[in-house]
Amino acid sequence: MRKNKVLSGEWVLSNGKIYDPYQNKFLKGDLLINNGKIHKIGTINKKNINVIDCSGTIITSGFIDVRSHFRQPGSGYNETMKSGVMAAMAGGYTTVCVMSDTDKPLDSPESIKYIIDKSKELPISILPIGSLSVNHKGKELCEFGHMVQEGAVAFSDSEIPIRNSQFLRYALEYCNMYNIPIINYSKDIDMSHEGVVNESIISTQLGLKGLPDMSESTIVFRDLMIAEKTQGNIHIAMVSTKQSIDIIRGFQKKGVRVSAEATPHHIVFNENAVSHYNTNAKVYPPLRTEKNRKAIINAIKSKVISCIASDHSPHSSEDKEKDIKHAPFGTIGLESAFSASYTELIKNNLEVTDIIKLFTSGPKDAFHLNTELIKIGSNVSLTIIDPNKDWTFSESDIYSKSQNSLMLGMKFKGRVELTISGKNAFGYF
Amino acid sequence: MSILSTKHFIGLEEATKKDIETLIDVGYMFKEVLDRPIKKVPSLTGINIANLFFENSTRTKLSFELAEKRLSADVINFSASSSSLNKGETFKDTVQNIHAMKIDGIVMRHPTPGSCLQLTKYVDSVIINAGDGSHEHPTQAMLDIMSLHEKFGSLSGLKVAIIGDILHSRVALSNIYGLNKMGAEVMLCGPAHLIPPFIEDLDVSVSHDLNEALDWADAINVLRIQRERMGIGLIPSVREYRKFFGITNKRLSALKNKIIVMHPGPMNRGVEIDSDVAEGDHAIILDQVLNGVAVRMSILYCLLGNEKDIKKNEKK
Repeated sequence: MRKNKVLSGEWVLSNGKIYDPYQNKFLKGDLLINNGKIHKIGTINKKNINVIDCSGTIITSGFIDVRSHFRQPGSGYNETMKSGVMAAMAGGYTTVCVMSDTDKPLDSPESIKYIIDKSKELPISILPIGSLSVNHKGKELCEFGHMVQEGAVAFSDSEIPIRNSQFLRYALEYCNMYNIPIINYSKDIDMSHEGVVNESIISTQLGLKGLPDMSESTIVFRDLMIAEKTQGNIHIAMVSTKQSIDIIRGFQKKGVRVSAEATPHHIVFNENAVSHYNTNAKVYPPLRTEKNRKAIINAIKSKVISCIASDHSPHSSEDKEKDIKHAPFGTIGLESAFSASYTELIKNNLEVTDIIKLFTSGPKDAFHLNTELIKIGSNVSLTIIDPNKDWTFSESDIYSKSQNSLMLGMKFKGRVELTISGKNAFGYF
Repeated sequence: MSILSTKHFIGLEEATKKDIETLIDVGYMFKEVLDRPIKKVPSLTGINIANLFFENSTRTKLSFELAEKRLSADVINFSASSSSLNKGETFKDTVQNIHAMKIDGIVMRHPTPGSCLQLTKYVDSVIINAGDGSHEHPTQAMLDIMSLHEKFGSLSGLKVAIIGDILHSRVALSNIYGLNKMGAEVMLCGPAHLIPPFIEDLDVSVSHDLNEALDWADAINVLRIQRERMGIGLIPSVREYRKFFGITNKRLSALKNKIIVMHPGPMNRGVEIDSDVAEGDHAIILDQVLNGVAVRMSILYCLLGNEKDIKKNEKK
């Protein structure tokens, strides 16, 4: 069982390998923390000091999730800030960027402040992604400047894509003044109409309307054309097709400011996961063909995709037990994101350090965040992973208020053993 | 206890060739019953069957109800308008309520693909799919297959063209699975955008030329144009459709061989099929209706009947 612990006073993290992803180097020795600050790195006299034995583990910077849904403000039925934070810490995260949900959008400076204020009571950083348009209607721009001052780190209308190209152009031009990215769901609304799963022989056999590759990639292309012209900064969320990857690579080569992310479920699963109408496998974009899944892994290797987003989307079991047409899109992901991604990527010859970067420096660069470094005087923001741990992801590993995980029952290699943010630690002791 | 390979009848994708053959054989047995002065047998006495129709249906519902009553089953009917389903939450509750009343068999039509499979997770009853969205409609395909069997004696090597809006059809997929298993060849013919993506992977050929399909086929299955399913105007006009895909006597009489014409109904006369074709000597549309009752009796009996009884009858 994972446990919460407040690490007051001096603690030594001993015998682990310390890896700083921001400098891409291993640091020698043990790590001494004192009341939430890093006090010393190197040889430490452990006499009369609390010791956490980190043998066999890698101690690295706390993970950053670029996109989660905590459903706040909201009723708290599917998730609360508190349960979301537990899920995040179980998964190694010390920073989570939360999306604006369409029923209660974060479309004002006041709503951004609400999240920031709530976050102050919590052990990890919660950074709000503000709405792009008022009420996610795609008609009026939100008060970007004011919202950035309150703490917004990006803008997005969440699952509602911007249909009006001119509006997106204005948004990119205006947002440029604040140097933060815009995230527009890559979804052609008309082509995606009533689509449930990937368009392929599987959608045909299931009798379900398909979501074709091009319903994503045409929007990726349009958005990057506009970003190029406006010199705007776009983050492409949840890349799922080879077509999109090829387009993004082309624009990155031209110097357009575009970052891209993949989700653990698109890395691990192909469309076969949905073949028995499994509503937990109903995600947007849909799980695609094996060829696309492989293309995502290759794009991670070639750094076209630089971060992994959990896309943590809690939904109640009542909602997920609806028939496949009416069940909502999405899976939770914070608790399993690292292990799921690590298990798959290590098989594809990625180094553990490359995988850590997808959860740290990749997100930092994409969202231009300030992060706590592993250096003397910094606030503690650390994740301790055992890269060799074999384990099975089960319901007892879920801390979210919702259980809609596509990863349940998966056998993983590599586990987050402990997450420490300031004085707060959560994990295995 | 079922003498079929599956407990439920969800789709012909799961059915075996032997299942289909058994259902046809038993179907003929019941067809004979339908010719008697008293068209009723006690085979399902004491068995409760609920017909759950979450989507409008006249023919299928009538056919099932008749089949159930002629087998002496006790029948309850439930219909919900699809508008009350739009929120999706009523399905599990409704079904569990009905199940709590100890129902042996459930015949269900539902607008969402996969709903019958989902139902098997919630209840122990035998589930029979009466059409789940544009996924499968296996009992319709069984009656089509039985009608072809009756007409041709065997389906091996038979060339069957399915014509029309394949994309929005639940009949097509079930027919493809069933016909392929029985050794028939299948061609799909319709406007390019109304053919489901990647359908060739299911071992069928595709044509957009009606004359080519008619020349090739021994039998055709003409699908109804489901304008109400389309949302956006996918068919430019009735006259455009009829000109390129309508089955007319003129087209049929120009063929070298006489082919058989089937239609699952209800027909749009003068659109996908002309009245004189529907009532002419190519058509076996009314035979299909009668076979529908017989094969549904067969399916219900094979899944819900007493196993010893079934085997005894099979030997006869």
